[in-house]
Amino acid sequence: MPVLKNIKAIAKGMSITFMEMFQPTQVENYPDGPGPLRGARFEERYRGMHVLQRDENGLEKCVACFLCAAACPSNCIYIEAAENTETNRVSGAERYAKVYNIDYNRCIFCGYCVEACPTDAITHGHGFELASFNASNLIYRKEQMLAAAPAHMGANAVFNSADVAGGAPALPVQGS
Amino acid sequence: MSGELNFGPYVTIENGKKKVKDLTYGNHTPEGVVLTTLDAAANWVRKNSIWPMTFGLACCAIEMMSMGASRFDIARFGAEVFRPSPRQSDLIIIAGRVSNKMAPVIRLLWEQMPEPKWVISMGACATSGGVFNNYALVQSVNQVIPVDVYVPGCPPRPEQLIYAITLLQEKIQNSRGTVREVLNLS
Repeated sequence: MPVLKNIKAIAKGMSITFMEMFQPTQVENYPDGPGPLRGARFEERYRGMHVLQRDENGLEKCVACFLCAAACPSNCIYIEAAENTETNRVSGAERYAKVYNIDYNRCIFCGYCVEACPTDAITHGHGFELASFNASNLIYRKEQMLAAAPAHMGANAVFNSADVAGGAPALPVQGS
Repeated sequence: MSGELNFGPYVTIENGKKKVKDLTYGNHTPEGVVLTTLDAAANWVRKNSIWPMTFGLACCAIEMMSMGASRFDIARFGAEVFRPSPRQSDLIIIAGRVSNKMAPVIRLLWEQMPEPKWVISMGACATSGGVFNNYALVQSVNQVIPVDVYVPGCPPRPEQLIYAITLLQEKIQNSRGTVREVLNLS
């Protein structure tokens, strides 16, 4: 009886479909999930938007050596260097990056800049919500990529005043 | 920084930083309650049924397919129906590098799409040429067709593309004069 055989085959297939209804869902819950990533899950090594790091004094690590710009295969990093002075100290070394732009229109997130950096100033973060209505918004400036100042340097005024009394610069981020 | 460059109107974003204001939505002529309510209803329907075109140019298309498949399941936004014909699609995702030979084809496909239509430029190559700054490729697809959302990345993760879809939905929901355009009154 081919009819019975067909019914049996359909029943077998539909039973698998029915059993799958009770399995946990595999769909990523991206825009509706909790937390700052909104449910997106990334590996630790994921290369997202860059973060410009600070040292333990809250000064910028970038010393404007242009090695990242030289390593960049798509020429998307633009740097203007300036000298640190007594009154305006931004980085720990002689020079600092007055302007540090990354053109995310061209950036291919290859990580060569991170490998090239001698002071570990530029790193890849996990920022991924970069899409924009306007391409000129995708040129990120230094201010948008800098890591937040450490808590004892600015966020907590009590700690900051104690540090200033101990010899730390009062305002670690001038000119940025 | 003294003498800060002015790139246009700024809006303040979180942690006190500024960025250039993205865009203004439509014209701001006043409309009645009926038209705005009808607009909102039509926009709501439109934004929840963005049908993309089956159109992949390079490796970004792999991530676009991943977005359409079960793990990232674009059906949650009503956009899972990849249409093989431009006449049935609302959205064209430029997924990959645009060569000079492909540019007139993209233009033709875009012109064949019925209004309303939207364009997502996906990945560094479509947005600006990326690493391929050479004679063969169009540097940015917006030289050929108008782009609504730019997605950086090489290729972008499906989450980044989904974020672009949500941005596009926001833009569609905020657009004005929808009903008047449909009735040829605008």
